[in-house]
Amino acid sequence: MAAGVAAWLPFARAAAIGWMPVANCPMPLAPADKNKRQDELIVLNVSGRRFQTWRTTLERYPDTLLGSTEKEFFFNEDTKEYFFDRDPEVFRCVLNFYRTGKLHYPRYECISAYDDELAFYGILPEIIGDCCYEEYKDRKRENAERLMDDNDSENNQESMPSLSFRQTMWRAFENPHTSTLALVFYYVTGFFIAVSVITNVVETVPCGTVPGSKELPCGERYSVAFFCLDTACVMIFTVEYLLRLFAAPSRYRFVRSVMSIIDVVAIMPYYIGLVMTNNEDVSGAFVTLRVFRVFRIFKFSRHSQGLRILGYTLKSCASELGFLLFSLTMAIIIFATVMFYAEKGSSASKFTSIPASFWYTIVTMTTLGYGDMVPKTIAGKIFGSICSLSGVLVIALPVPVIVSNFSRIYHQNQRADKRRAQKKARLARIRVAKTGSSNAYLHSKRNGLLTEALELMGTPEEEHMGKSTSLIESQHHHLLHCLEKTTNHEFIDEQMFEQNCMESSMQNYPSTRSPSLSSHPGLTTTCCSRRSKKTTHLPNCNLPAARLRSMQELSTIHIQGSEQPSLTTSRSSLNLKADDGLRPNCKTSQITTAIISIPTPPALTPEGESRPPPASPGPNTNIPSIASNVVKVSAL
Amino acid sequence: MTMVCHRPEGLEQLEAQTNFTKRELQVLYRGFKNECPSGVVNEETFKQIYAQFFPHGDASMYAHYLFHAFDITQTGSVKFEDFVTALSILLRGTVHEKLRWTFNLYDINKDGYINKEEMMDIVKAIYDMMGKYTYPVLKEDTPRQHVDVFFQKMDKNKDGIVTLDEFLESCQEDDNIMRSLQLFQNVM
Repeated sequence: MAAGVAAWLPFARAAAIGWMPVANCPMPLAPADKNKRQDELIVLNVSGRRFQTWRTTLERYPDTLLGSTEKEFFFNEDTKEYFFDRDPEVFRCVLNFYRTGKLHYPRYECISAYDDELAFYGILPEIIGDCCYEEYKDRKRENAERLMDDNDSENNQESMPSLSFRQTMWRAFENPHTSTLALVFYYVTGFFIAVSVITNVVETVPCGTVPGSKELPCGERYSVAFFCLDTACVMIFTVEYLLRLFAAPSRYRFVRSVMSIIDVVAIMPYYIGLVMTNNEDVSGAFVTLRVFRVFRIFKFSRHSQGLRILGYTLKSCASELGFLLFSLTMAIIIFATVMFYAEKGSSASKFTSIPASFWYTIVTMTTLGYGDMVPKTIAGKIFGSICSLSGVLVIALPVPVIVSNFSRIYHQNQRADKRRAQKKARLARIRVAKTGSSNAYLHSKRNGLLTEALELMGTPEEEHMGKSTSLIESQHHHLLHCLEKTTNHEFIDEQMFEQNCMESSMQNYPSTRSPSLSSHPGLTTTCCSRRSKKTTHLPNCNLPAARLRSMQELSTIHIQGSEQPSLTTSRSSLNLKADDGLRPNCKTSQITTAIISIPTPPALTPEGESRPPPASPGPNTNIPSIASNVVKVSAL
Repeated sequence: MTMVCHRPEGLEQLEAQTNFTKRELQVLYRGFKNECPSGVVNEETFKQIYAQFFPHGDASMYAHYLFHAFDITQTGSVKFEDFVTALSILLRGTVHEKLRWTFNLYDINKDGYINKEEMMDIVKAIYDMMGKYTYPVLKEDTPRQHVDVFFQKMDKNKDGIVTLDEFLESCQEDDNIMRSLQLFQNVM
């Protein structure tokens, strides 16, 4: 129950008067307001800054430092105020929480300082209001990440003996900064990738003439040298690939990953070239294969973070890129068609077909303008200029869109994930608060019967039982109890409700008015089974706590005589309706002076009940045999 | 959006009009103002506040009827004076006043008579506050049977409606009701 509305409890209780004429049973007694102090101002001195508030404001949350007696430890007798040697800025928020029921998180405050203060005052950070909760969680997460980073870098210094050789190797591959060996390996492979790429490039450069033959590319002139270089590189790459394959925690996943495919593609041409003989038929194919050697350059992406991010960007913007391509294609086709027909008339035109015009359109739209194909007719020139102008637009426009799209999508994902996580947490919090409140009542109902029983006996043990519930809570519970009495139904929790449903579906409650006490075997089992499930809370009474369903007026105690032959059958009568509000007892075969609460016959009472089941002695005498041994003793 | 702000009459006047002392009025007003800074409470806020006390079930219908019982002038908002006047009757009033107020609560259309439909609505609203998880399981016709019991008790001339006099008479005959009306005497 929110503390802010605790002030409205008198109103809720007053409104309960509206139930009274409708109720058929007498209402339970209200909890007594023992020490009704006048509300007083108390002074809280926090590091010199004085705050004042009503005592009742602080008592709204009895499980915090300020709301409980813990603050007495900080009471300064000389100045008659409570002194706390803490931060006054954060205390402002804490005190506002008591006043308004909402805890706010000030943005300028450091998150760990704030958490420390909350822990000191016994306030859980989870109750921060929704307005500040997001900010709080973000800061908390950043802080946690920072701590984790610190921890990680610490951990990296230590040796981890528990890692196997394989795992160490994998870690070395993935994170070259872990050890010197890994770093060396990293640089060596990088070097060889560079060497391999450079040799691929250089080998096609014309190298100067050998006297007597035409100009040769270097590759053919120094073919042996290049071959050796190539072999060396490929050997390194193969070794690297095999090592990675060995070290990978999940080999299947590794084989499927993009980087390993690039590795394979980079070294395959060499092996295929080794296998194939150097005859004319396949040499064309062989040459093509050498093209794949250029893929070695992609191996650099393991060495470069930026390349990886670029790859990710392209992947995530795939749809935008696809749209760009599609619109370009549309424009190209349109303009190519137009140019073709415009230039059809001119003689010796290069625009021989529409596909041939594609080349012109692309070159013009991208503002390249090679000049190998130019329109000669006036119409062609006009359309050509339109094409070039629109090309600028068509190409320039989507690019910023892609860039901003990427940025937007990236941030949106971040925010959506954040919101999803926080929404779940928020709903959970609301649910917990709600069930907490209703569970508090059910819980205290079971315990409260104990306290009331002992109260009546006037034993000092009530101090031991402890007024764990504040006065406001006990008043609230009394209110709920009155509602139960009005409707003659009780609050139970979900599990018991389900149990009852299952049991009732197995047997039927008799809804007849027969007061017969013949035991219905089905009901007996229900009684017993239910009884056996419940645990007893009252120490002096053998009745399971759940049987103490509705306490009658505490002004009378029913003492059950021990000879109750008819009671053996009367267990079933618990669920039978008695004519006039008999409260048949559970089978208790001893006289106890504690409260034996007599359960009212459930649900069947309102059905056609003409008289409320009274506690007064009158109607009880009409009750058949069962009541004959009931002796009522007024305890007041 | 205009901000309706209402300030109540002076403390002395309220003290004279109601049965509360100054201190009690102060405490009441502080709680009232905390929840409704504008000085008036509308039905939505009323329902929300009342629902906080009954987490198990749905208190909105009963709160609705309560609101209309508090809102004597039927303006749609309850000022602090109305609030405190009603509380004064409920907590400090005579039995007669309390019963009159309760009759007014049950008489939904304020025509001076309670008929079975109105009573059905009220009783249904009360049962709604219990929620789903009750022992024993709430049956469909439990409210109706409850209303039948009520009418049997209250409707003296069996004409299907309960007038104020019948209501007062029947309630005063019933000890339980008399006793329970005194239950919240010392609430404050």
